[in-house]
Amino acid sequence: MLSSTPHNLEVINLACTRQDRQLFSGLNFKMGNSDVLQLEGPNGSGKTSLLRMLCGLLLPEEGEIHWQGADISKDRAPFLENLIYIGHRPGIKDELTPRENLKHICNLHGSKQDTDIDEALKSVGLYGFEEVAVRTLSAGQKRRVALSRLLFSTAHVWILDEPYTALDKAGQAYVDQLLEQHSKNGGLIVITTHQPLHLENCTVQRIQLGND
Amino acid sequence: MTRPTTFQACKSLLKRDLTLAFRHRGELANPLLFFIIVVSLFPLGIGPETNILRTIAPGIIWVAALLAALLSLETIFRSDFDDGSLEQMLLSPHPAALLVAIKVFVHWLVSGVPLILLSPLLGVLLQIPEESMLILVVSLTLGTPILSLVGSIGVALTVGLRRGGLLLSLLVLPLYTPVLIFGASAVTNAAFDLPVTAQLYFLAALCVLAITLAPIATAAALRISTD
Repeated sequence: MLSSTPHNLEVINLACTRQDRQLFSGLNFKMGNSDVLQLEGPNGSGKTSLLRMLCGLLLPEEGEIHWQGADISKDRAPFLENLIYIGHRPGIKDELTPRENLKHICNLHGSKQDTDIDEALKSVGLYGFEEVAVRTLSAGQKRRVALSRLLFSTAHVWILDEPYTALDKAGQAYVDQLLEQHSKNGGLIVITTHQPLHLENCTVQRIQLGND
Repeated sequence: MTRPTTFQACKSLLKRDLTLAFRHRGELANPLLFFIIVVSLFPLGIGPETNILRTIAPGIIWVAALLAALLSLETIFRSDFDDGSLEQMLLSPHPAALLVAIKVFVHWLVSGVPLILLSPLLGVLLQIPEESMLILVVSLTLGTPILSLVGSIGVALTVGLRRGGLLLSLLVLPLYTPVLIFGASAVTNAAFDLPVTAQLYFLAALCVLAITLAPIATAAALRISTD
């Protein structure tokens, strides 16, 4: 369970330019507890760039991102403690086993007190694959390793870039379930995906990028 | 809820990087093999005349060490950059400079230390007199961390580029020259029974400077590269 203190993430007048092309500008939105935001838009419309900006990996051309009222570019640590970002390249090492990978992630990013890594791997459907190198897993299985982070993370803000990629139907349903649970617990979710998002008991806000 | 302590994170990163290095043994052996081959070819090419070999030996060993270090530099961040681990590292709430320092330390452990351990053997091959053997080891011990640390700045700057290799050499080699000059001259002086303290102090000072500042510069450069 996450603590129920109010959280807010605010984006003020954000603009992004990549390779001399302006992807978006004047973007404003505000998120509070339990909010789910889906970014939509064609390929190359700046969805990933926006997510990376929200994480602080990309510096905004213009505008500010505030977490709990403070600019994240000035003081990263309190925001980073509350953030989980899973991108296209989720930082899973091919040469390590899923268990080793997750153990390191736990140590680096923090985890719930009673985290049982094997249990987490089991619930994402990787029972029996704990000890094999990630290199030998399929793309969908790799994605599952990355997503199993969500199970023991203490972060309030989940930023997910195309989490459904390579997952089978059961996997996608499982991700939906995780998202619903997180939102119910008061967490914030920013997600990009091309498919319609159907989450029970959550209202999904949508932002359309690149329609100019 | 547990907040990971920075100490825990560093320990975990150290363990992970050493495990990865161990699973990539073949890749690690490359620079070391290069070092051995280059140094051992010189006596064959020049001939076994003790006087000539003795004069040029410190330079040969130091140049080979420098090039071997350059050869292995990319491995510090390359694979982490490619699979996104680097981003995740920067997104952790711990000081990036500290985590970078751990990574560079592991690089030195697996590329610098074997080089130091092998150097006396190659010294014998090049007929370095016994008295300067200790200085050779000491100078390499002080010098190789600088090579890893300064090199890490260059790698961090070029890791985002597709063909950063040449640029990396151009960036880093000029910064390596002071280390080469002081390192080789210490060993040469030792062979002629001249004082070596000045050179060693210089190397030690550079080493301390690099340990203090390089991780900060590298962390900043990584932020630019992941942008």
